[in-house]
Amino acid sequence: MRFPAHLLGLAAASLLALSGCGKEAPPPPQAAAPAEAPAKPAVTVRIGHVAPLTGPQAHLGKDNENGARLAIEEANAKKLEIGGALVTFELLGEDDQADPKQGTTVAQKLIDDKANGVIGHLNSGTTIPASKLYAEAGIPQVSPSATNPKYTQQGFKTAFRVMANDEQQGKVLGGYATHQLGAKNIAIVDDRTAYGQGVADEFEKAAVAGGARIVAREFTTDKATDFAAILTRIKSKKPDLIMYGGMDAQAGPMAQQLKKLGIRTKMIFADGGCTTEFHKLAGDASEGHYCSLPGVPLEKMPGGQAFKEKYAKRFNVDIQLYAPYSYDAANVMIDAMQRAGSVEPAKYLEALPKTAFDGVTARITFDEKGDVKDGAITLYEAKDGKWQALETIGGAPAPGGATGGTPAAEAGAAPTPAAAAAEEKK
Amino acid sequence: MGAAGRRRRAWLGMLLVGVALALLPFLVGKGLGNSWVRVLDFALLYVMLALGLNIVVGFAGLLDLGYIAFYAVGAYLYALLASPHFGIHWPAWAILPLGALVAGMFGVLLGAPVLRLRGDYLAIVTLGFGEIIRIFLNNLNAPVNITNGPQGISQIDPVGVAGVTLAKPLEVLGITFLPLHLHYYLFLLLALLVIFVSIRLEDSRIGRAWVAIREDEIAAKACGINTRNVKLLAFAMGATFGGVAGGLFAGFQEFVSPESFGLMESIMVLCMVVLGGMGHIPGVILGSLLLAVLPEALRHGAVPLQQAAFGRVLLDPETLRMLLFGLALIGVMLYRPAGLWPEARRKRELARPSPQPSSRERG
Amino acid sequence: MDTFIQQIINGLVLGSIYALVALGYTLVYGILGLINFAHGEVVMIGALSALTVIKLLAGSGLPGIAVVAIGVLVAVPLCMALGYGIERVAYRPLRQAPRLAPLITAIGMSIVLQQLAMIFWGRNYHSFPPILPETGREIGDAYISDLQIAILLLAAAIMAGLMLLINRTRLGRAMRATAENPQIAGLMGVNINAIISATFLIGSALAAVAGVMVSANYSIAHYQMGFILGLKAFTAAVLGGIGNVPGAMLGGLLLGLIESLGAGYIGDLTGGFLGSHYQDVFAFFVLILVLVFRPSGLMGEKVAERA
Repeated sequence: MRFPAHLLGLAAASLLALSGCGKEAPPPPQAAAPAEAPAKPAVTVRIGHVAPLTGPQAHLGKDNENGARLAIEEANAKKLEIGGALVTFELLGEDDQADPKQGTTVAQKLIDDKANGVIGHLNSGTTIPASKLYAEAGIPQVSPSATNPKYTQQGFKTAFRVMANDEQQGKVLGGYATHQLGAKNIAIVDDRTAYGQGVADEFEKAAVAGGARIVAREFTTDKATDFAAILTRIKSKKPDLIMYGGMDAQAGPMAQQLKKLGIRTKMIFADGGCTTEFHKLAGDASEGHYCSLPGVPLEKMPGGQAFKEKYAKRFNVDIQLYAPYSYDAANVMIDAMQRAGSVEPAKYLEALPKTAFDGVTARITFDEKGDVKDGAITLYEAKDGKWQALETIGGAPAPGGATGGTPAAEAGAAPTPAAAAAEEKK
Repeated sequence: MGAAGRRRRAWLGMLLVGVALALLPFLVGKGLGNSWVRVLDFALLYVMLALGLNIVVGFAGLLDLGYIAFYAVGAYLYALLASPHFGIHWPAWAILPLGALVAGMFGVLLGAPVLRLRGDYLAIVTLGFGEIIRIFLNNLNAPVNITNGPQGISQIDPVGVAGVTLAKPLEVLGITFLPLHLHYYLFLLLALLVIFVSIRLEDSRIGRAWVAIREDEIAAKACGINTRNVKLLAFAMGATFGGVAGGLFAGFQEFVSPESFGLMESIMVLCMVVLGGMGHIPGVILGSLLLAVLPEALRHGAVPLQQAAFGRVLLDPETLRMLLFGLALIGVMLYRPAGLWPEARRKRELARPSPQPSSRERG
Repeated sequence: MDTFIQQIINGLVLGSIYALVALGYTLVYGILGLINFAHGEVVMIGALSALTVIKLLAGSGLPGIAVVAIGVLVAVPLCMALGYGIERVAYRPLRQAPRLAPLITAIGMSIVLQQLAMIFWGRNYHSFPPILPETGREIGDAYISDLQIAILLLAAAIMAGLMLLINRTRLGRAMRATAENPQIAGLMGVNINAIISATFLIGSALAAVAGVMVSANYSIAHYQMGFILGLKAFTAAVLGGIGNVPGAMLGGLLLGLIESLGAGYIGDLTGGFLGSHYQDVFAFFVLILVLVFRPSGLMGEKVAERA
């Protein structure tokens, strides 16, 4: 191996510390220095995190990593004991550059490094091929942000996500556009990424079902800065609402260019545009646009506001987008370990499907596929440079631990509409 | 030493190399971890790609910036013919040659209209061709769903050889071969085949015709070489290798999506060819192995490197990794402008002081 | 019809930015026969450095135009130094090397500059502060902002100035001579290294201005913005005939128009079969078509002779 000296130290330390743990356990219990209590066994649990940390989505990738890091640092501060051993969590942050090939290479590296679990990846394109490797290695994977329905439809026992998938979100968004906003003529733009196209297509289905007419279907890319041409075309079709499937980096400038072209029609986004960054990028052109975000507004969740402040204090930046979800994902994993009384993947994997965890985004329970159950989705409107929550659709209405029983049971009885739609699609 | 003795030594050498190559994945897996075996698998795919591009760029001197399109064609053909997407499940041995053939046809399709173009005009048109293929792959999910668009195609059948799937561990004589190992052997076999074909091509009539065109097209034409057909053949042969590598990629990953076939990939393969030594087969192999392994080595080494140098981590490993990668590209070219392991003939040409202050000679 | 006019305006603004960047490619190509792949990154650094200054001064009470002008004045010398440095480090040692060697150093340079920009400016997207007056003119139902008018005028002025420089000054004559035949130009007493450096300086200054224009007009800047922009501008330069200065201007404007008309009308032209997602396909298709009939670009006879 590469750092013999370092390893020797660890080996010596683990010899001192090892008493209860079996040596051949899959996550080798690498001991931390037994400073204060040599009698109590100490275990290091490695949690992998994968997201693009370089390239155009690097800011989102780092945000995800920060969320998971915060969860792990908090867990370490609590000095958790699992299965009678003092547990120290270690985050293995990896960069997959949003490239499927690197996604699998990194997944293999985490498997080699005996990661006990993986938070990630960020993109569906890397999550799907990597999920197969984790499944074969029996390592649980919780993605905070991969929204392609295919991810959990592959039948892997190890694949989970804490975010509503494209189908769930597109459906809610489409219904909201036609019913609550009363849009009759809708223009749709997407960025031709798996995420943007996925959510835009689902939106289109739901909007058409709601009685709207799609007057224009335009496209851009996730690297574009100039939207004047497609917006001009949209202008000539006179829609009463424009849906954009894509990220804030395009949604922001798009709002500005919309204003410059004298188009007063408002836009509606899914989670990709639902960020504070959108307001920064759109400036005063952000007013009046809509967006949706899975889960319940952070402010309304117990611990949500605290999370926001802790995050800002720890990393000196604002939350970009998915940090609360990766924070929840890491906590869900730690929670399952605690309930199972074991950090071994095979053992706590059994506890993961039974998760009922009050996260900062929602109360998280999983359906049989590993998708978040009764995914609440909240709609927001941009007002005074901020996203103001309008209403929360579906899901457990009252956050706060004690409740959440009935809606969950409801959603459990009837397989989510998304699942039905998926079967119909295939 | 007699000829027989020399031959015996050559055989012995080859045997040793063969044993070393056969043991490599196990040594690497034990010593460094299985992620390195995966890196090796990808490196072998890149060897095939780089050798394919080497035919076009290195032998025939046609600058191709859209080479990855053929890789994409091979990969998508495999994905479409062996996945639940259309419900077709052809065996790999049927698809891979078909992929080579179809990619070769695409090569001719690209080559035909651009034969008159030279140098950098050719570069931009091939670049455009590569982008056009990628954009079509990304968008052909409507009105008829052919490629499943940006969502990509998942659950692709793994490659199987004689009824044995490579996606499951295989136990032979008490040794467990992981899927990674099995793929390694398959890729190695095909990479060796590609190397063999490359070497034979280089020494053939066609190979010499390519070099003649590269050095002076007009003189080649005057010597009776049908430059049009020979150039088209270069595009087709190069594309064939790419098509095979693409099919293997799809079967290995069991998932394809358009983002694997971007312009940056084309540029990376070109870097492998040029960095190793254009037109020189061992050089190109070296270049592709190096550039496939280097970013991964930097991934593993970035943090300890900084700790050793500064005592703490100044830069995120991923930032440093790309930074060092860029610096390595610059450094190598500055010190070895003809590539790490250039052809002997090229080296001689370069040693002669050039009268031109600018490098305007065109391929 | 109003939509058509609006699309023409969109295309012209985009096209004049492409043209400025394309000039950087074409100048270098004309003299050195080299594709300066790192040129897009110079545009990016120009945009981000100007934006840093502009953000810093945005609250200072100075008028918006003055703030932007100061930003440009900081970015231009910075980019010129950068362009000069790139040439010295990555290209000059390789003048005798095989033709593709500088291509690799250029790609390496591009990666290095991107990473440095990421370290310096972070991973986030930056927006342009709203300090410029948001006034504009209506042409029928179409709209052109004063900023866009300024971009068009400034680009036209810069291009006219460049043409004067090349055709009417000593430096321009030396540049043309070097482009024609560097060896003989050297014998005639032209300091070739100085001319090459001057070319990089001019190209980089144009890149800095173009960078500010992009970030002001589209209100966005990011450490990865250079790659696509550079690629498009390079395409434009080839379309016009690489190495040819008026060709780069024409190519830039044409590409801008093709893109915006393509995105606007391709759907109607193909009966909805192809949409704006084929915008780039359309642009490349036009490029291939042009090159098939005119293998050295629209105005590139000069290069064809030399090849």
